[in-house]
Amino acid sequence: MATESIKISETPLVLYTLRRADDALVLGHRLSEWCGHAPMLEEDMALANMGLDLLGQARELYSYAAEVEGGGNDEDKFAYLRDVRQYRNLLLVEQPNGDFARTMVRQFFYSAFADLYWRAMMKSKDATLAAIAAKSEKESAYHVRHCSEWMVRLGDGTEESHARTQTAIDDLWAFTGEMFEADDSERALTDAGIAIDAAALWEEWLMTVSDVASEATLALPKSDWMQRGGRSGRHSEHLGHLLSELQSMQRTFPGVAW
Amino acid sequence: MVIAMFDDTKLRQHAFDVAASVVDPEIPVLTIADLGVLRDVTVDEGRVEVTITPTYSGCPAMNMITLEIELALQREGFRDAKVRTVLAPAWTTDWMSEEGRRKLAEYGIAPPKPASSRRGLFGKDQVACPQCGSFDTEVLSEFGSTACKALWRCKTCREPFDYFKCH
Repeated sequence: MATESIKISETPLVLYTLRRADDALVLGHRLSEWCGHAPMLEEDMALANMGLDLLGQARELYSYAAEVEGGGNDEDKFAYLRDVRQYRNLLLVEQPNGDFARTMVRQFFYSAFADLYWRAMMKSKDATLAAIAAKSEKESAYHVRHCSEWMVRLGDGTEESHARTQTAIDDLWAFTGEMFEADDSERALTDAGIAIDAAALWEEWLMTVSDVASEATLALPKSDWMQRGGRSGRHSEHLGHLLSELQSMQRTFPGVAW
Repeated sequence: MVIAMFDDTKLRQHAFDVAASVVDPEIPVLTIADLGVLRDVTVDEGRVEVTITPTYSGCPAMNMITLEIELALQREGFRDAKVRTVLAPAWTTDWMSEEGRRKLAEYGIAPPKPASSRRGLFGKDQVACPQCGSFDTEVLSEFGSTACKALWRCKTCREPFDYFKCH
C-alpha cells in the first residue's frame, strides 16, 4: 500500500518557505538528472555542484518550514511525502531538461532571478530566512555567471546551438512571469518585512537577461502572456513524473532509513 | 558553587579543545576551528553543547563533521554531547583563520581571498599557484571536486590546482 501523504498547516510563513524550498528541490533534482550525461566532465561537475547547492538550500528551507509549522513534519517528509498538488514550486523549474541549451536557459532565467531575490532577502526581518539568503545569494551569483557564459557560447556559437537556444527561450519564456508574482498571503509577509516584493525585481532581471541575450545574439520574445499555477499547486504533467522517481523509495518502503 | 563553576570552565575548555581538533573530512589539514565552523561550546551540568555553522548550503561534509564531533567528545568521556547547527550569522570564507589559509596553501589548495564581498566573488584578481607561487594562472572551471572549490591551472608550472572559492 502506498504511503499516505502528510498534512500541512499552511500558515503564510510555512507556505512562503515551502514554495522557495520546492523551487530549489525540484530544480536541484532536474540538474541531478544530468549527472554522468553532461557534454564534458567539467560541465558534469558544474551541473552536479549547482544541483547540490540547490538541494542544500532546499534542506535548510524545509527544516525551517518544519520548525515554524511545529507539527512534527521534517525536511524528508516535506520532500518525500507530499503529492504533486501539495508542491508549490514555479512551473519553470519542473520543465524537463530537454537538450543542454534548454537546461541552460531554464537555469539562466531562474538563477538571474534567484541572485536578485536572495540578495534582497538578506534584509528580511526573519533572521533564519536572512541567513539562508546570505548563503544562497553567493551560490546563485556563481550560477548566474556560469549560465550567462553558456548563453553567450551557445547563442553566439554554431547555427545549431543558436537555433536550439533560441527555441528554448521561446518555449520557456511564458514560465518566467510566475517568479515575480505574489498572492495575498505573501503580500502580508512583505508588509511585515519578512518577504520581499518580487515584482520590484522584474526590471533588473529583465536588464540582466536582455544584456546577456543581446551579447549572445538571441532575441527575447515580445509576448507578455505568462503561465501560472505552480504556486497554488497546479502543475504541468512533468512534475508528477519527477516526483514518482524522487519519492519512489519512501512510497514503496514507508519509513525506510539509511 | 564556586568549585562547580571552576569545573565547568575547565570542562568547557577541554570540550572546546576536543571539538576544535576535529578535521574537515574533505580537507583533512583543516580543523573546524581553522575553518571558522566552530562557533561555541557550552557546558551545562556536565552536558556539552557544540554550536557549528554550515559552510556551503549543500556541503555533505557537515553531517560528517557533526558525527565526528560527537564521536570525539564521546571518546573523551563526554556523554550526551549535542551538536547544534545555527545558520545566522551566515558563515563566510572570511571566518577562516590565517593559520587555516597557510595550511591550505601548503596542502596545495589556493586559499580564498580575504574579502568575501561581491568584488571578492567576481574580482579579476589572479590567484597565486600554491605550487610555484606564480600569478600567471587561469580558471578551468568554476565548479570543482567539492562545492567549495574551483579548478584552476598555473600557466608557469603547468600544474592544475584547486582554489577554495570565496563565499
